Amino acid sequence: MATEAEGGGLVFHPMDQFIVKPLFGDGAVGMFTFTNVALWLLLAVACVIALMVLGTSKRATVPTRTQSIAELAYGFVYKMVEDVTGKDAVKYFPYIFTLFIFIAFSNFLALIPTSFSPTSHIAITAILGFGVFIAVTVLGFVKNGASFLGLFWVSSAPLALRPILAVIELISYFVRPVSHSIRLAGNIMAGHAVLKVFAGFAAITAVAPLSILGITAIYALEVLVAFIQAYVFTILTCVYLKDALHPSH
Amino acid sequence: MEGDLAHIGAGLAAIGSGAAAIGVGNVAGNYLAGALRNPSAAASQTATLFIGIAFAEALGIFAFLVSLLLMFAV
Repeated sequence: MATEAEGGGLVFHPMDQFIVKPLFGDGAVGMFTFTNVALWLLLAVACVIALMVLGTSKRATVPTRTQSIAELAYGFVYKMVEDVTGKDAVKYFPYIFTLFIFIAFSNFLALIPTSFSPTSHIAITAILGFGVFIAVTVLGFVKNGASFLGLFWVSSAPLALRPILAVIELISYFVRPVSHSIRLAGNIMAGHAVLKVFAGFAAITAVAPLSILGITAIYALEVLVAFIQAYVFTILTCVYLKDALHPSH
Repeated sequence: MEGDLAHIGAGLAAIGSGAAAIGVGNVAGNYLAGALRNPSAAASQTATLFIGIAFAEALGIFAFLVSLLLMFAV
């Protein structure tokens, strides 16, 4: 991938890291090809299972390090669901916690050098985002019936403004899954691309120390972003769920 | 020469990232100003802070996406 250029710098494209490749053989990527995306998604699932099932299997009163991390993550998301969505939404906690822990592990595993970041692909995040959108919309209609449409009829606004607001609310409702998924993918993709751009500068002797400092700083930022994006995705799911359960404005 | 024009467009779209930076800075700055006036209420508003930042940032990400599309898809 990296080849020597005339200027003495390494030349590789910063977006090359996002190419989906089959792991075995060089054939075209089909429906059932085992690709690097599949590998890192499976690794994320394996890590979640290792943390949540194996880590807490002893159920020690004095938790081990793994168990306390699992308990910390559980408590953190549980409190978020309770605070943002309300006590009656706790029965949807498993779905929200699954989203959080899966996205967090995909993001963190992507930070291992030479690994692959599945959450940088809109195809992956769109499944998560549209899953939330469809689940929340169906739930809203099942729980509230036609009064779920009151979400778009802002009863606190003057009557003349309400049709206009309804159109705006409707548009913003349907943009939700798009922005929900693109936010995650865009953040992760942009961060990893910036890391690779700085890595490209590292081969030019004059700026190499600066570049290495830059990579260290951006990497630290990316660790933060990996967590914050998982947090933001989860908390927005909670907000959308709250809208579905209590649609009145 | 169309390629060159697409690159100029990508650069122009990247200005949107700066606009998103203003938005995110606005949210975080106002949160900090409010939190320093009333520190006891600050902890309960961190969720709102992150939601606000996420909404402001999403539009910057859209600009980034437009510039990526101009670079690689057009």
